[in-house]
Amino acid sequence: MNAARIRTDLRIVSDWITAGARVLDLGCGDGGLLRYLHEHRDVTGYGLEIDPEKIVRCVDNGVNVIQTDLDQGLSDFDADSFDQVVMTQTLQAVRRPDRLLDEMLRVAREGIVTFPNFAHWRLRYYLTVLGRMPMSGALSYRWYETPNIHLCTIRDFEELCRSKGIRIMERRVLSQSLREPVLADLLPNLRGEVALYRFTRPAH
Amino acid sequence: MPESIPSDSVGLVEPEKAHFSEPLALDCGLTLTAYDLVYETYGRLNADRSNAVLVCHALSGTHHAAGYHSREDRKPGWWETCIGPGKPLDTNRFFVVCCNNLGGCHGSTGPASLNPETGQPYGPDFPMVTVHDWVVSQARLADRLGIERWAAVVGGSLGGMQAMQWAIDYPERLGHALVIAAAPRLSAQNIAFNEVARQAIRSDPDFHDGRYQAQSTVPARGLMLARMLGHITYLSDEAMRAKFGRDLRKGKDDYDFHYEVEFEVESYLRYQGRVFVDRFDANTYLLMTKALDYFDPATAAGGSLSDALAGTSAKFLVASFTSDWRFPPARSREIVRALLDNDKDVVYAQIEADQGHDAFLMPIPQYRAVFGTYMQRIAREVGA
Repeated sequence: MNAARIRTDLRIVSDWITAGARVLDLGCGDGGLLRYLHEHRDVTGYGLEIDPEKIVRCVDNGVNVIQTDLDQGLSDFDADSFDQVVMTQTLQAVRRPDRLLDEMLRVAREGIVTFPNFAHWRLRYYLTVLGRMPMSGALSYRWYETPNIHLCTIRDFEELCRSKGIRIMERRVLSQSLREPVLADLLPNLRGEVALYRFTRPAH
Repeated sequence: MPESIPSDSVGLVEPEKAHFSEPLALDCGLTLTAYDLVYETYGRLNADRSNAVLVCHALSGTHHAAGYHSREDRKPGWWETCIGPGKPLDTNRFFVVCCNNLGGCHGSTGPASLNPETGQPYGPDFPMVTVHDWVVSQARLADRLGIERWAAVVGGSLGGMQAMQWAIDYPERLGHALVIAAAPRLSAQNIAFNEVARQAIRSDPDFHDGRYQAQSTVPARGLMLARMLGHITYLSDEAMRAKFGRDLRKGKDDYDFHYEVEFEVESYLRYQGRVFVDRFDANTYLLMTKALDYFDPATAAGGSLSDALAGTSAKFLVASFTSDWRFPPARSREIVRALLDNDKDVVYAQIEADQGHDAFLMPIPQYRAVFGTYMQRIAREVGA
C-alpha cells in the first residue's frame, strides 16, 4: 500500500502515530493500517480483530493479529504496554465504549479513535424528514442488521471524554467521501460525517 | 489407496531411517547410547536449504504424515488434510520432514526395540523421554539432513508442544513455530485422563509389568480401554451427538437388555480401540502420556511461561478450536499472553469448529485459510 492509496481518515491517523511507536490497533480489519504504519513509520505492535475472514487477510498482510472479542476487554495486555492505541470505526460497535476508552488509556498513554458522527446533517435528514433510521456511506447497514449498537455524536463523545477527564489533544472531521471540509471547525457536529480524535489520559 | 492418487497428495512415500551412535543424555538422567529415528520427507529441499519444515506428531502419531505407503494402503498419512501440493504445508514449496519420536513404536527406537545391553526388548526399561529430549533428537536429525534452520516447526496437540519447545531450546534454528490445539502444560484434568489410561494398561493381566513381549502377549484390553477413553476426549459432545446420537447399531430397533454392543457409539469406540491395539505398543502409550504430563516449560524456567518464552526468536502462529475441551482456546491464550508479555511476533486464531480436539486434523476451511496463508507468508520470506 502506498501513501496515495490509503484512505484520508487512515492517513490522518497515521500522521498522528509517532514513528517507531508500539501500537495496538483495536478492530484492525484486514491489517492494512498496521502494515502501512510498519512499512512507512517503522511501527510495531498488534491488531485485535474478531472477524475470521479479516484474520486471514491480516495474516496475508504480515500483521500480528490476535483474534479477540473487544467486549472481553484488553486484559491480555499490561498497563502501558503500548505507546499509542488506535480504534478506527469500531467504537460504535462495542458493548461498552466508555469502558473500552478506559482500557485504551490503561494499555497506552495516548489513544486515537475514529467514528461515524450520528449528528451529521444527512443522518438528521433521514430521521427528521424521512422518518427513517439513518444510512450513509459510513453507516451502510439497515437498522435490523447493524453491528453499530452505540452510535454517538461529536458532542456526545466530547461530553464522555469531559466526564472521564480524558484530554482531547486533537480533533479532525471529514465530510462525505472522507474529504476534509473547508472551514472544518464550522459546525462540525452538523457537517462532519466522520470524527477523528487523538486523546490522552487525565492529568493526575 | 484410492483408485488414483489425488493430485493434491504427495502420493507414494517411503520411510527412511537414520542411526545415531552419539549417546543422548535424557532429562530423566539416563542415557541412550544409540538409537534410530525413522522419518519421511515430502517435497524438495531447495538449494539454500531454507524451505525445510518440521512436522511434529501428537500422542499416537507417526512419521507417516502424508501420502501412501503402497497402492494397497487404505488410508493416507495422519495429516493428509494439510500436507501436499497446494495444501497449507505446500510440498511444491516446502520440504516437509516428519519423524517418529523416540520411544515410539513405528520404527524409531522405543520400548519394543531390542536393548543392545540385554539382547531383549527394552519393554519397561526404556527410559522416560520428554518433549525436550524429542526436540534434541530432532535437532540431530536436522543436522543429519543438512538443515541448519527450519523455516517452521509445526505441530498439533503434543506436536504443538514440541514446536514451542523448539522455539525455547533452539531459538536460532527456526523461523516460525506453529502451535496448534496445544496447551502450555497439562491441567489436572488432562493428567487425570492420562492416569486412567495408564491404569487401564497397567492393570491388564497381560501387561506383565511391561514385559509382555517376553510372554508373547499384549495387554490388548488395557490398551483398547486407554484408546477408547482418549478418543472420547478428542471429540466434542456436539460431534458425538452429530455422528452417533443415540442410534442403535444397524438392524436393531429395540434394546436387548444385555452388555454387548447396542449403541453405535459403543461400536465405534470398540472398533477404534481394537484397531489401535494392532498398530500401537502399550509401553509407548505409557511413555507418550508421561511426556505429556511432564511438559511444563514454565516451571522449567522458574514458574512463568513468559520467562520460558523470553529467549525465543521464532514468530508464532497459535491456533485453537472452539469446541476443543481437551486443550481449549483459553489454554492457547495463555501461550499468546506469554508471547505478548515478551513483545514477540504472534498471530492467534480461534477457529470455529465443532469437532473437538480432533479438529486440528480436519479440513476446516477457516483453519486451512489461516494455516495456508501463514505458510505462504513464510514461503515468501524464505524464497520457497
